[in-house]
Amino acid sequence: MHGLINRAIQSFVCATYGEARWIEVMHDANLGFSEFEAMLVYTPEQSAKLLDSLQRVLERPLDEMLEDMGTFLVSNPEVEALRRLLRFGGVTYVEFLHSLDDLPDRARLAVSDLYLPGLELLDHGQGKFSLLCQTGLPGYGSVMMGVLRAMADDYGDLVLLEHCGDREDAEVISVTLIETDFAEGRSFDLGAGAV
Amino acid sequence: MINQDQLAGLASRLCPMFVILDAEGVIEAAGPTLEKLRPDAPLPGRSFFEVFQMNRPRNIATMSDLKKVRALKLHLQFRDPPQTGLKGVFAPLPAGKALVDLSFGISILDAVRDYDLTSADFSPTDLTIELLYLVEAKSAAMEASRQLNLRLQGAKIAAEEQAFTDTLTGLKNRRAMDHILDRLITSERPFSVMHVDLDYFKTVNDTLGHAAGDAVLQKVAAVMVAETRKSDTVARVGGDEFVLIFEGLTDRQRLESVAGRLISSLEEPIPYGGHMCNVSASVGTTIGNRASRLDAAELIHQADVALYAAKRAGKACHRFFKPGMEAESIAVASQPTEGEEAPDAARRRTE
Repeated sequence: MHGLINRAIQSFVCATYGEARWIEVMHDANLGFSEFEAMLVYTPEQSAKLLDSLQRVLERPLDEMLEDMGTFLVSNPEVEALRRLLRFGGVTYVEFLHSLDDLPDRARLAVSDLYLPGLELLDHGQGKFSLLCQTGLPGYGSVMMGVLRAMADDYGDLVLLEHCGDREDAEVISVTLIETDFAEGRSFDLGAGAV
Repeated sequence: MINQDQLAGLASRLCPMFVILDAEGVIEAAGPTLEKLRPDAPLPGRSFFEVFQMNRPRNIATMSDLKKVRALKLHLQFRDPPQTGLKGVFAPLPAGKALVDLSFGISILDAVRDYDLTSADFSPTDLTIELLYLVEAKSAAMEASRQLNLRLQGAKIAAEEQAFTDTLTGLKNRRAMDHILDRLITSERPFSVMHVDLDYFKTVNDTLGHAAGDAVLQKVAAVMVAETRKSDTVARVGGDEFVLIFEGLTDRQRLESVAGRLISSLEEPIPYGGHMCNVSASVGTTIGNRASRLDAAELIHQADVALYAAKRAGKACHRFFKPGMEAESIAVASQPTEGEEAPDAARRRTE
């Protein structure tokens, strides 16, 4: 698993539970180091140990924690870069949803060895969508749930999300758009990131 | 055939930064994104050449100039601030009119900030949004890489501080020497310590530069390794100072001959960049004595005292440490004619 993903988990745990708990997690995982480097690549075994220890030490179901992490990645001001990159996907939440098909390719444009499993949006009409999150990254669907929820807030739309479990080779998330412009949302200025 | 209004409508969708010029170069219509750049001064009705300054090709001031270079890429900028740079392409229309399509080119990063542009200001087929995305994504990735490099640099420095090897010569360093001495003292095995200081090394450094100095140190290191046994320790403990530890060797005659061979080998001229570097060495030796129960610092100090006796004896020679040598060295140092006195005094001491 790419260091960026491991590092994201580290940022989330440190910000939510404190650095002492993170050290406990890494001690439990017994990987021989206590910090992940964003620009290095780690083996699937190392990441699996991390996820195991996360559940054991923090005593919370993994899917719940990963969903919180998805929300954290978009809404925490410290990791503003990711939220901005996602907002490039579209002017409205629906456009953003449609842009998710391109997300793995976009990620690879930025960081060539960052592999994300495919995403496919099915538009059922009348504000109902399904997002298929292909397998390959444990907990991918849970993280995407958190991301979708936080991005809805970011656009100021009211949506209903439901994780519908696994279907063949993908996790399925159902998205129902209840109301657009439900809240103010956050502004997005194209030029703000280009320093 | 479509009329001009239809053409302007079409162009607004496909290339929202177009202008249609009449036969005199006056702007008749402008695309919505281009209009957004000058909200207080509508472009239609003004001369294209007054609004924009042509940078490349140069000397274009009229429509007939423009028509001559139609195949080329145009580089232009607004005459009034912000003087955003633009790229353009020219296409002739019937009746001497023309369409010029403009784009930001490389000035896009400033433009989105200066004009508060959004995705809606660009045609969906325009790659500008992807470009902006890429710039941000690459900047974020570069920053992460930069942070990694900084941390690795810090880790490298820390590792070097903890290392046992002198990076220039590949010999052991002072830390390693301390460890080995401590181990030998604790194990109560016999050994001796030889302190070697290069003579005339400063001259090499001063006349031929540090690169020559480094080459000499590397050669010296190789000589020391060649003149010692595998079980001996050779450490570089300072700029041109070395400590040799001989495990299990305390025989004075053998040590004397090792020191003698070492000095004569080091005196072989060392070629560097067409020059010959000449150095020698002063050597002081002390023998680790189980009965004396000296610690590492005291042993090194004894070897050091013997080394300075050798220096006073005229350099390029070897002295063993003797009790009382330290007091003598202080006495000799206080004499004004030490340079002449010292060799005799030192020679007597070793006999």
